Amino acid sequence: MRARVLIRPKEGILDPQGEAVVRALPALGFNGVSNVHVGRLVELDVEDESQLEAMCQKLLANPLVEDYEIQTVSS
Amino acid sequence: MRPTMSDPSAATPNSSATPGVDAAVELGLTPAEYALIVEKMGREPNEVELAVFSLLWSEHCSYKHSKKLLGTLPTTGPKVVMGPGENAGAVDVGHGLAIAFKVESHNHPSAVEPFQGAATGVGGILRDIFAIGARPIAVLDSLRFGEPTSERSRYLLDGAVQGIGHYGNSIGVPNIGGEVYFEHPYEQNCLVNAMALGMAETDRMIRSAAAGIGNVVVLFGASTGRDGIGGASVLASAEFGEDDPDKRPTVQVGDPFEESKLLECSLELLERELLVSLQDLGAAGLTSSSAEMASKGEVGVDLDMSKVPLREPGMAPWEIMISESQERMLCVVEPAQVDAVLTVCEKWEVHGTAIGSVTDTGHLRVFDGDELVGDMPVPALVDDCPLYDLEPAKPEGGAPTIYDAPAATLDHDVSDPGVTLLALLGSPNIASRKPLFQQYDCLVQSRTVRRPEQADAAVLMLPRGGAIAVSIDGNGRRVAADPYRGTMENVLECAANLACAGAEPLGLTNCLNFGNPEKPHIAWQLTESIRGLGEACRALDAPVVGGNVSLYNESAGGPIYPTPVVGLVGELPDPAYAGRSGFAREGDTIALVGPFAPFLPGSELSKLRGEPLPDGLEHVDLEGAKAAHAAVRDAVRAGAIASAHDIAEGGLLVAVAEAALFGGLGATLQLPLDDFADPDRLLFGESPGRGFIVSGDAAALEALRERTPVTVLGTVGGDALSVDTGATSFAVTLAELREAHGALAPLFP
Amino acid sequence: MKFGVLQFPGSCDERDAVDACARVGEAELLWHRDPDLKGVDAVVVPGGFSYGDYLRAGAIARFSPAMESVIAFADAGGPVLGICNGFQVLCEAGLLPGALLRNVSLRFHCEQIGVEVVNADTAWTRAASPGERLSIPTKHGEGRFYAPNLDELEANGQVVFRYAPGENPNGSERDVAGVCNLQRNVVGLMPHPEHAVDTLTGSTDGLKLFASAVAAIATH
Repeated sequence: MRARVLIRPKEGILDPQGEAVVRALPALGFNGVSNVHVGRLVELDVEDESQLEAMCQKLLANPLVEDYEIQTVSS
Repeated sequence: MRPTMSDPSAATPNSSATPGVDAAVELGLTPAEYALIVEKMGREPNEVELAVFSLLWSEHCSYKHSKKLLGTLPTTGPKVVMGPGENAGAVDVGHGLAIAFKVESHNHPSAVEPFQGAATGVGGILRDIFAIGARPIAVLDSLRFGEPTSERSRYLLDGAVQGIGHYGNSIGVPNIGGEVYFEHPYEQNCLVNAMALGMAETDRMIRSAAAGIGNVVVLFGASTGRDGIGGASVLASAEFGEDDPDKRPTVQVGDPFEESKLLECSLELLERELLVSLQDLGAAGLTSSSAEMASKGEVGVDLDMSKVPLREPGMAPWEIMISESQERMLCVVEPAQVDAVLTVCEKWEVHGTAIGSVTDTGHLRVFDGDELVGDMPVPALVDDCPLYDLEPAKPEGGAPTIYDAPAATLDHDVSDPGVTLLALLGSPNIASRKPLFQQYDCLVQSRTVRRPEQADAAVLMLPRGGAIAVSIDGNGRRVAADPYRGTMENVLECAANLACAGAEPLGLTNCLNFGNPEKPHIAWQLTESIRGLGEACRALDAPVVGGNVSLYNESAGGPIYPTPVVGLVGELPDPAYAGRSGFAREGDTIALVGPFAPFLPGSELSKLRGEPLPDGLEHVDLEGAKAAHAAVRDAVRAGAIASAHDIAEGGLLVAVAEAALFGGLGATLQLPLDDFADPDRLLFGESPGRGFIVSGDAAALEALRERTPVTVLGTVGGDALSVDTGATSFAVTLAELREAHGALAPLFP
Repeated sequence: MKFGVLQFPGSCDERDAVDACARVGEAELLWHRDPDLKGVDAVVVPGGFSYGDYLRAGAIARFSPAMESVIAFADAGGPVLGICNGFQVLCEAGLLPGALLRNVSLRFHCEQIGVEVVNADTAWTRAASPGERLSIPTKHGEGRFYAPNLDELEANGQVVFRYAPGENPNGSERDVAGVCNLQRNVVGLMPHPEHAVDTLTGSTDGLKLFASAVAAIATH
């Protein structure tokens, strides 16, 4: 099965990458942008999707500072 | 089983399709060169063979426009352990140790994608160092961009600096110095040159010549993809339609983690004496590494493309042969040691694969499994590329006819030297490089005795006593004004930096960045520059142990300034006496030392005023400079003086201001301006490599007078730079100087 | 007294750490795949970019066989020091509280800075005095310490080092430069004490950490 894990900084944690994007966009003429968070995407084929949660907890994300979201792409 | 010479299937390559002369021309060969290839082969080359020839006969690999000139450079000396021709040169530093070093360009890839271009430039030069069995101990970089007022230049600068930092920091090799200039002719052609140094046991260094018929060729490191082969896409018509060019990325992506493992793996293989020879895969990948190994060993090499681990499926043999995928090495191993070699590779989690063998055929033969797909005589590949004579001609009127005058940023009528000083200190070529070098780890490996802005040259202590000092420099604008004298000045400037640290030159490496040498005025720049380089190296007893040439740096806007970047390595006996640039003690006397003969044409002030380049520079007194260097060096080594800083861009007053800023101490100067009709000429005129600002006890400075001119200028102290010229006086506080000097910080938000 | 310095693929400062330890005791490298800690008395997890810092700094190194042994060693009270990337590894391993995030500047930053000792009662700071200011270099791109329970850590005396006022290189909350576990045998910090052990290269203040471990073992 193909899965996608989206990982982003937890709400409330300073995200300098997101802030850099917020600062940069108006300079390029894109206004009205706020609340930007930059995270990362992990795509993986797994045999047992029930293990995804544990994978995130243990390795793919750091639950102390990151939220994650598991998406199933195809089966 | 691999076909052998006696195997009839190996007689001629099975692939009979020949791309022909048109494809050859598209790949950069001339029709005459193609005809010569056909003559040497005895038939038309097929696509694999044409791909290999086109790369090995390119300027990058064959040096066909520069080889004859480079042959005039001095390359031998008592301290030279390894000279030009190997992956890097090396000099003896005593105690059984050698220092390997080389500078190389990565200009074009950096102009396309500055982060990866610069990163892989660092990766490539590091592989050159550990390919000869030396552990990399330092990186320096030399960068050229258009003016920072240009958004593109700022983008390139930021990307290149981050890329250099990313690679060097991640692999644990300190970046100990470098230089950057901003000039409009680099706007379309930025330069990214990286220099690396390594340390090796002198008797354990390894060469790249393949040897031992029947020995195994092992490829190790990263897997092979289509990196960097976009230029050869004319050959791809059989494999790909025109609608999917994305399959051939031209940008090589660097992986410092892979390189870190490759480095440790290579050094462990050498430590265990498991290798016959070792070679890195740089430009032109397997093609150039295997051909060079075979050529140096005067043997043949068979390679099987089907054994090469690939990153993506469906790669044709010619693509595998010319891929520039990074972080790969090639070695020759005795058959009995192959298992041991692969075990070490496994320990470091590096792919290791036997992909071929050393033969007595004198041919480079490329197989795809059992099928022979390319068969080329090695001498034809490596030695038979025609070497061209340049047709140099100095244009009537010289440099001003080649280059536009720089845009003026300072009014010519400014008469207050304090205002001029602040403008110079804040100008892009002089402002503090701190915002750049703070992005680099300068101290990993625990050898760094002098970091950037502590001394004119970086100083590294050596494990068995003594230390080395390194400097890299190359003022292209002055070389443009006068290729012969400007290049001599570059060498002197580096040697002066070493003298300030207390070091004596051991050897030199260079990267010659020029425009199109087939044009007479560029040929003139190149010819004159190499003449000046040779003369300066001979005068300073600094042999050239290796280097690199980057030509065709031109765009619609014209050529770059001719930029011979010089990297100089020297030694000093005791790191405890390494010199410092900054003033050290209140009350010390300040003196101008050396045959300083300042002139404004070609200077930074002249640039700020928007003046055109002069047609020629003033005479360069090599012997006088050498005597001054020796006097300063000996005084530094003896601990007789407190600081020494060479007078470079911006002239005397800028050098004093820098010594004040680096030491955090002001100065009071009484300058004898009566002798000069133009005060700006004494205060801001330039005479690279021939003048020093030295501070210390008055008696110690006086003692230098026996060997070189000394003029006492004033005294260290206070929190301002105060200057009394007799006619006028002015003062600038350290805080004002520091603010001006920090002008580059906004480039790195 | 023998120090063991862990070596991962991608470690950078492991030889520097060995040399620093060797100034006050014996020291050897411990290979990441080998669970045998060779009977060392203290462990240093050095700086660098273990496994390329891919995924997250320290995230993969934390699962190496040697680290499993280090966790057991630490749980038994053995002194463990994590420097820079090693600090990140110890946080990932749960031996130390918190996490290290990208510098606010988003840039790698290298500079000699002042580091204040907040807690001089740990296995790695007992040779220093509270409030003492050490000159130590810092060099990292991901060193901004974050812990959701910083008040609690402060109350427990788990903040061991702070950047001197105005010298915080990464935007770390309350200038935290290093922390310890509740038992105070495990310490992690972003600055590099192993690069402050020789006057020729800038400072000897970092030796205090290694000397502290020797003292801790002697009294243990």
